[in-house]
Amino acid sequence: MTKLLEVKGLHAGYGQTKVLHGIDFSIEQGSVTTLLGANGAGKTTTLRALCGMIRRSGDVLLNGEQINRKQTEDIVRVGVAHVPDGRGTFTRQTVEENLQLGAMTRGDKAAIAQDMELVFSYFPILKERRTQQAGLLSGGEQQMLAVGRALMLRPKLMLLDEPSFGLAPMITREIFEIFRELNRKEKVSMLVVEQNAQIALDLADQAYLLETGRIVFSGRADDIRDDENLRKAYLGY
Amino acid sequence: MELFVQQVIAGISTGSIYACVALAVVMIYVAIGHLNFAQGEMAMFSTFIAWQLITWGVPYWVAFFLTIAISFVGGVIIERVIFKPLDNAPILSHVVMFIALLTIITSAAGFIWDFSIKTFPSPFGSAPLFGSSLISAHQAGMMAVTLLLLLALFFFFRYTRVGLALRASADNPVSARLVGIRVSWMIALGWGLATAIGAVAGMLVAPVVFLEPNMMLGILVYGFAGAVLGGLSSPGGAVLGGFLVGVIENLAGTFIPVIGGELKLTIALCIIVLVLVLKPGGLFGRATIQRV
Repeated sequence: MTKLLEVKGLHAGYGQTKVLHGIDFSIEQGSVTTLLGANGAGKTTTLRALCGMIRRSGDVLLNGEQINRKQTEDIVRVGVAHVPDGRGTFTRQTVEENLQLGAMTRGDKAAIAQDMELVFSYFPILKERRTQQAGLLSGGEQQMLAVGRALMLRPKLMLLDEPSFGLAPMITREIFEIFRELNRKEKVSMLVVEQNAQIALDLADQAYLLETGRIVFSGRADDIRDDENLRKAYLGY
Repeated sequence: MELFVQQVIAGISTGSIYACVALAVVMIYVAIGHLNFAQGEMAMFSTFIAWQLITWGVPYWVAFFLTIAISFVGGVIIERVIFKPLDNAPILSHVVMFIALLTIITSAAGFIWDFSIKTFPSPFGSAPLFGSSLISAHQAGMMAVTLLLLLALFFFFRYTRVGLALRASADNPVSARLVGIRVSWMIALGWGLATAIGAVAGMLVAPVVFLEPNMMLGILVYGFAGAVLGGLSSPGGAVLGGFLVGVIENLAGTFIPVIGGELKLTIALCIIVLVLVLKPGGLFGRATIQRV
């Protein structure tokens, strides 16, 4: 298996406050990787650093190409789609326009229309609401919209920031089921950041545990799930 | 009754000036999220450029479109040079900058072209339209241009990708960057468009009020009133608001004896206050509904 993303010695923070103290990890082509940890461990910060939304240092390579000096807008153009915390909905635009915005950097009109149908096939509710103002969707629907918007990029890598946040358990399960399908059928590689370790480990192939800005464990998701001590120590279940 | 109809029509025709200015106000509001107090003065300066071109012998319509282009570029440059460094500054810094811009532009115009009143030609002529005394050809032309401008803007925002990108940048700038929109250029584009629209407004107003550095001072207040009345986020609302302000102003001036011609500007201010107190979103502004 080849490495899609390689991160070496990533430091990042906000102003004077350092959050990440040099983390290393990698994502295999076509796999789902999850980054777990408690509140304030630096999960969201990692994703923001990857996308250049905050100041960072260290090496980030996508398919061997350095992207750690690129600006957010250009990182999108090399195929990294970020589903941010809070879902990043364009609340005043319609559902359909939100999806079109996801394909903003692409020029192929026919393929964009095709991909929109693809998104609707995964999330039929979005098709029903395509002309509605996106701010009026429920939390779960907005999460689906955020994932749909990311798919419209035809991303090589999708970064998902706490997709379960604020959702009812049933909706969360439904959405994670769709992630699994997207990974298998559309071959989208994913980096999932989660507080809900259980559901994330069920989905992921590879997992990293993050504690106060350092990676304290890495391994196969199954191994972590089966290791009771590790689970108790870091994941609290 | 005849007086009433006459005043309504006169109101609509002055209203088209306000509508045009209100459109520029809304444009900048959509792009940057607040009002540009120097908008009127920027429009005045654009009009002076047009006047200079015409004085040099450039045909009217060539000067007209050249001025629009120059204004667009000027707007983009003002954003890049002056406002981009203030990106994360608090709103008051912007307000101070707007006021600085206002005084600088007024003085610059006075310095270059002096403060004497100049006449500005109308491309439509000042003869009465179809021989009727109610409305002049220039007023009719002004209305037509305003509506055309509105239509063009509508299509731009509704049906083009750049229009969508501009809306998205105003709606959620962080998310806009995450889908690859170059938000800071979108803001510059908004400035360019607003300045260009302001230039059109200035060139249409100048034949009526005469060209001088302070010509937009009062008109901008009416433009604000129109924009607020129509809803700051709605171009169509702004145009209708502009027309309404024109009509209200005229009717009040005619039928309420206390007001007469002297207190007309007060009406615009009263409209602003009343709308903000009673219906802050304006007539057509989107009430911002948000789940939290």
